[in-house]
Amino acid sequence: MKDVIIRPERCMGCHSCEVACAVAHSKSKNLFLALGEEPAPKKRIYVEYIPALGASMPITCRHCEDAPCVSVCPTKALSRDPVTNTVSHNPERCVDCWTCSTVCTRFSSLYQLILVAGCWTSSMNCNYGVISRQIEAGVRCDLCKGRELPACVEACPTHALVFSEVVGR
Amino acid sequence: MKKTAFEKSIDPASQTLLQKAENEGIETAWDRYEQQLPQCSFGQLGVCCRNCNMGPCRIDPFGEGTEKGVCGATADIIVARNLLRMIAAGAAAHSDHARDAVLTFKKMSEGEAGSYKIKDEAKLFSLASEYGIPAEGKSREEVAVELANAMLLEFGKQNGPVLCTKRAPGVRLRLWSELGIEPRGIDREIVECMHRTHIGVDNNATHILLQGLRTGISDGWGGSMIATDVQDILFGTPEPKKSTVNLGVLSLEKVNLIVHGHEPILSEMIVEAAENPELLELAKEKGASGINVVGICCTGNETLMRHGTPIAGNFLQQELAVITGAVEAMVVDVQCIMPSLGGLTGCYHTKFISTSPKADFPGTVRMEFHEEKAYETAKEIVRAAVENFPNRNREKVSIPEEKQECMAGFSVEAILNALGGSPDPLIEAIAGGAVKGIGAVVGCNNVKVQHNYGHVNLVKELIKNNVLVVTTGCNAIACAEAGLLVPEAAVLAGEGLKGICEALGIPPVLHMGSCVDISRILVLASAIANRMGVDISDLPAAGAAPEWMSEKAVSIGVYVVSSGIYTVLGTIPPVLGSQEVTALLTKGLDSVVGASFAVEPDPFKAAKMMLEHIDKKRKALGLK
Repeated sequence: MKDVIIRPERCMGCHSCEVACAVAHSKSKNLFLALGEEPAPKKRIYVEYIPALGASMPITCRHCEDAPCVSVCPTKALSRDPVTNTVSHNPERCVDCWTCSTVCTRFSSLYQLILVAGCWTSSMNCNYGVISRQIEAGVRCDLCKGRELPACVEACPTHALVFSEVVGR
Repeated sequence: MKKTAFEKSIDPASQTLLQKAENEGIETAWDRYEQQLPQCSFGQLGVCCRNCNMGPCRIDPFGEGTEKGVCGATADIIVARNLLRMIAAGAAAHSDHARDAVLTFKKMSEGEAGSYKIKDEAKLFSLASEYGIPAEGKSREEVAVELANAMLLEFGKQNGPVLCTKRAPGVRLRLWSELGIEPRGIDREIVECMHRTHIGVDNNATHILLQGLRTGISDGWGGSMIATDVQDILFGTPEPKKSTVNLGVLSLEKVNLIVHGHEPILSEMIVEAAENPELLELAKEKGASGINVVGICCTGNETLMRHGTPIAGNFLQQELAVITGAVEAMVVDVQCIMPSLGGLTGCYHTKFISTSPKADFPGTVRMEFHEEKAYETAKEIVRAAVENFPNRNREKVSIPEEKQECMAGFSVEAILNALGGSPDPLIEAIAGGAVKGIGAVVGCNNVKVQHNYGHVNLVKELIKNNVLVVTTGCNAIACAEAGLLVPEAAVLAGEGLKGICEALGIPPVLHMGSCVDISRILVLASAIANRMGVDISDLPAAGAAPEWMSEKAVSIGVYVVSSGIYTVLGTIPPVLGSQEVTALLTKGLDSVVGASFAVEPDPFKAAKMMLEHIDKKRKALGLK
C-alpha cells in the first residue's frame, strides 16, 4: 500500500500540513471558506515538538499492519480494508468508547525513536496516539480518499511528508 | 496539473510566447508559482507574525491549537499589524518615487540638471499659487526652486494636514479631521506605522487600521499626487495621443530597448536619446533600421502618456518580452521588476541594465543614473543597446504578430478639455442616465488569476452597462491590448455611453496614466463632487483592482476607500485570518468613511456588485 512516510529530519514545524489537512476535510475544500464552517473542520495530523530531540515532527495515523486499534474495537467500527490495507472508521458503528486510542502505538519506527530518546510529549499523555480523544470520534487520517496526493503531503514545503509505496510492513 | 499557455493568459501574444518558453525550457513566473503550490496558509490568512525575535508565531485558524502569539497577540492584532506594514510599504514606494521626482525638479531649477526643462509652465504657476508661493517679480526658475522646497517639506512635515488633501471636498476633509486621520507629514505616517507595529505598541485592530487609513491618504493625496504634479511640470501634462501596444510592437529590424519600472525621470531622457542622429547612425552601421524604445509597466505608461511610445506589455509580460529573443536592452529603474530577469536575459543576448541607485538585481549591467548628467547616461544606455544588436540570434527570435492600437493621455486637464473646460457635460450625462456612473479599474497582474482575464472582463461588463471607466497601471495596458482604448470600442458600450464617446471621439475606457497617477482619479472625483456639491462617497462611482498583487496596491485600495469609493478586490488580501479586521474592511469602514472593500475573484460578479453600488448611489442622489 501507499502510505504517508514521515521524514522528521526535514520537518520545519510550520504546521502547513495541519491546516491543509483540516481544509481537505472541510465541506468547501477551500481555505478561505472553510474558516466560516460549522463545525470547524478538523485536522488529522499533528506537528509535535519533541524536546529531547529539539525538533518537531508531524504525527499521523500509520495504518499499522497489525493495527491494534482494529483488533480491540468492540463494535467493529474500525476495520482494515483488505485491498488498500488502510484502516478506516465507520462513525455509525462507533460508540465513543475510546478503547482504540489507548492501544494506539502511534507509529512503529518513529515511536521507537521517541522511546529511545526517552521523551514523551505532553500531548501524547492526553491523546493516546493519533486517535485524539479531544475531538470527535472518527477524526483520523483517511489518506485523503479521492485525492491523488494526501493534502498534508502536498502542503509540506520541505517534503518532510512523502506519499509512497510501503513494502515489508 | 500544469496549466496550458491558454489557461495562463487570455492574450494570444502572451500565449504564443508562453508556448515558446515551454519549448525552450525557459522558466517563467507561472512555473515558479506552480512550484510554490500549495502556498502557506498562515501567510494567506495573515496570521503569521515575525515582528520580534520571540517568534515567529502563528495562530491556528481553526481554533484547535494556539490562539495567541508569545506576547499575547491574537489573530486580530497580528492581521491588523501585518496589514499596516503592507500599507506603509506601499505608501513608502509611491512617496519615495515622488521625492526623487521633486529632487530632480529642484536640481533642474537650480541649474544643476541641465537635461531637464520646465515643460508645463502653466502647471508650475498654478501649483505655486496652491502652495502659497507668490510669483510676482520672480523668474520661473526662482518660483520652481521655492515650489520644490515647499513640496519637499511635505514629506518631513510634523503638523498637517498634507497640503494636497485640500483638493478633496470640504466635507471629506472635515470627516478625516474629525476621525483624526488627516495625514500630518508623508514620512511621519509611514514611520508611525513601523513604530506602532513594533512589539508592544499598538494592539487594537481598529486603532491600527485608522493609522492605515491616514497613511493611505498621505500616499494618495500626498506622495502620489506630488509625483504626478511634479512630473507634469517636468515632462508635460499628458494629452490624448495614439499609440500601439502588446508584444508585437517589438521590431524585427530595429534595435529594441525596453524601459521597465516606474519612474519617468530616466526614461524621458532615453526617449530623447533614441532620437539622437549620431546613435541612429550607429544603429544603421550595426545593421538595424532604427531604434525602437518601448515600455513595460508604469515607466511604459509614463512615456506612452507623454510621447505615445508603444508599450510591450504589463507586469506579467516582462519575462515574455525577453523570451521573444528580440530585446537588445531591458532597462529598469524601480518597483515590480522581477529579479528573475537576470537569469532570463542570460539565456538570450539581452543586456539587463539597472539604473537606480536604490535598486539592483542579479545579472545586471549597472549604469547608475544621476540627474546631473542624465542625457549622457541615457545616451550611454542607448549606445549599449545599439551595440548589442549584432549579437541577436536570429534563430531564437520570435515576435508575436499581435499589436493593438490605443489612445492614451487622459490627464484630468485633458478630460476637462475634451468636455469643454468643465465637468458639467459629464455630470449632465450622469444625471440624465446616459452615463450610469464611473468605474475606476486599476492594479497589477497576478499569476493567481489568468493574465488579463479579470481586467478585461470586468471593464467590458462595466462599459456594456454604461459605466465610463477610468484606468491606470497594468489594467490600462490590459484594456489597451484588448482593444478597449480606442474610440471605436464605443460599440462595446451601452447605448448611452456609446453616444457620449462618439460625440466626443473618446474611448469608453480612459487611460489616466501610471499607478501614481491614480491621484488624477482622486482629483477628477473631487472636481465632480465639488461641482455637484456633494462628497466623493455620494458619487455613483466604484473602484476595482481585479488582479492586484503589490503592497502599493494595498495602499492604493486604502486611500481610494478612505476617499469614499467602494472598491472590489479580485484577489484575496491576507486578512481573512481575523474576523474583526475582515468585518472592519468589508462593513465597518462604511460607517466611518462611507465606503468599504469587497472581495470577488469572478470579474462578472464583481462588475455586478459595482453596478449595484452605483445604482444605490444614484437612487440616493435622486437620479433614476
